[in-house]
Amino acid sequence: MATFLQVAFDGLLNGLLYALVAAGLSLIWGVMDVINFAHGEFLMVAMYLSYWLGFIWKVDPLVSSVAGGAFVFILGALTYRLVISRTIGKSAMSALLATFGLSMLLKNVCLNRFSPNFRILQHTLLGGKTFNLAGIIIPLPQLVIGLVALALLYLIYLLVKKTRLGWAIQATAMDKEAAELMGINTERIYLLVFGLGGACVGIAGGLLPSYLAVHPEVGGLFSLIAFVCVAMGGFGSIPGALLASLLIGLVEAFAGFYIAPVFKYVAVFGLYLVVVMVRPRGLFGW
Amino acid sequence: MTDPILRVQGFHSGYDGVPVIHGIDLEVAEGELVAIVGANGAGKTTTMRTIAGLMHPFKGCVLFEGEDISRKKAHETNRMGISYVPEGRRLFPKLTIEENLELGAFTKTDREEIERNLEQVFDLFPKLFDRRSQIAETLSGGEQQMVAIARGLMSNPRLLLLDELSLGLMPSLVEKVMEAVVSINRSGVTILLVEQMVQEALEIADRGYVLQTGRIVQQGTARELLDSPEVRKAYMGM
Repeated sequence: MATFLQVAFDGLLNGLLYALVAAGLSLIWGVMDVINFAHGEFLMVAMYLSYWLGFIWKVDPLVSSVAGGAFVFILGALTYRLVISRTIGKSAMSALLATFGLSMLLKNVCLNRFSPNFRILQHTLLGGKTFNLAGIIIPLPQLVIGLVALALLYLIYLLVKKTRLGWAIQATAMDKEAAELMGINTERIYLLVFGLGGACVGIAGGLLPSYLAVHPEVGGLFSLIAFVCVAMGGFGSIPGALLASLLIGLVEAFAGFYIAPVFKYVAVFGLYLVVVMVRPRGLFGW
Repeated sequence: MTDPILRVQGFHSGYDGVPVIHGIDLEVAEGELVAIVGANGAGKTTTMRTIAGLMHPFKGCVLFEGEDISRKKAHETNRMGISYVPEGRRLFPKLTIEENLELGAFTKTDREEIERNLEQVFDLFPKLFDRRSQIAETLSGGEQQMVAIARGLMSNPRLLLLDELSLGLMPSLVEKVMEAVVSINRSGVTILLVEQMVQEALEIADRGYVLQTGRIVQQGTARELLDSPEVRKAYMGM
């Protein structure tokens, strides 16, 4: 029983991390109908930023996460201004290919500058620390990311549902022209949403070097899982993405522990296939 | 006559290079209620969309309070004091009435002003007050039209553009909506409306323009147009 709980808890914590990455993707998709293929690379860039800040200036990832969020907010906003805004109103394929190109660029720039080596940040505040809760061992870095993810998801929820700016974001998603008629500068809303979507992964990426090695390919798996979370939860639904992320975290943990680690992604993508076969629009899709 | 609040001159517009409006001139003076009437496809909505800034004229200009706004975007014209209630209402379907109305006042930052405007539109349409937390898409057509007009008023516009208010409403509701338009105009808002229901529109308007395949074929006071044999024959079946 203790083992079961331990595995479940590990899965849930990982699921929360996936949820934060997926939330950014889901927000951008929900408002703009754009799939950001560079999402995983945004995460990777934030991880490198956090790593180098830690390596050179001994800045802890806890602090770097703020820098990561801000940096990727700007990166996201720039991506919108320079790349995405040119694809609006064109075929959906152009935004997809443009962000795919951007992901290749970011990956290869990091490969070229920083080599393909795995880099691990030593002596972080949280690194390797755990505590024991009624027999369950809880790793502190993962717990912090999980709590930060929950808090950020709640903040995004409040922003979108309870503020005038949030209503303007929803209005832009529902009917862009009508939103313009309300005096809403929809270009600026898009810019903000791309920035916010980026900031979600930026914060996650800033925290991750506390326990995860940094390398140019690290974004790939996260973005793949985030896509699965978003598609499984129902495109554009943040609660759906949260539920799907937790589910995927659990399945990954259980399959990895009770079957074999090499099979964990078979179980994750198997679950995804089953869900989209039964409910093509995802759990919370309409 | 003092300078008109809206003046459209030598105005050509259309979609993706396909011209719909072939050079029209029109004017709306402060405080007036002006109707553009015409059949389906005459170019009424294109005219309104171009004035509001959702599209831009190929040629000619749109002057609002003396300033050329023909290159302004819709969110800019709204800030300048033009409010466009679009054809088909275009409410934000998943938001509540109150949220829709709040968005109508998106450019306003003064909370007191917003509250005052809310009170005013609830006075105009008391029914909306009881339903203010209802989701917009669950309302009936008539109620949606009321919300659309109310939302358009939330920004305290100096010029209100009303597009095809009667669309999809039953005759008794059309009459109610037209009454509301008159009372909005009496409260001091200048109104330009386009309408397929020619008689209903001209009965409440001060002046009118008849638009036919992108050209103005007749204009005058609403009375003159209502009495004109051509208008009666073409649009009222008389």
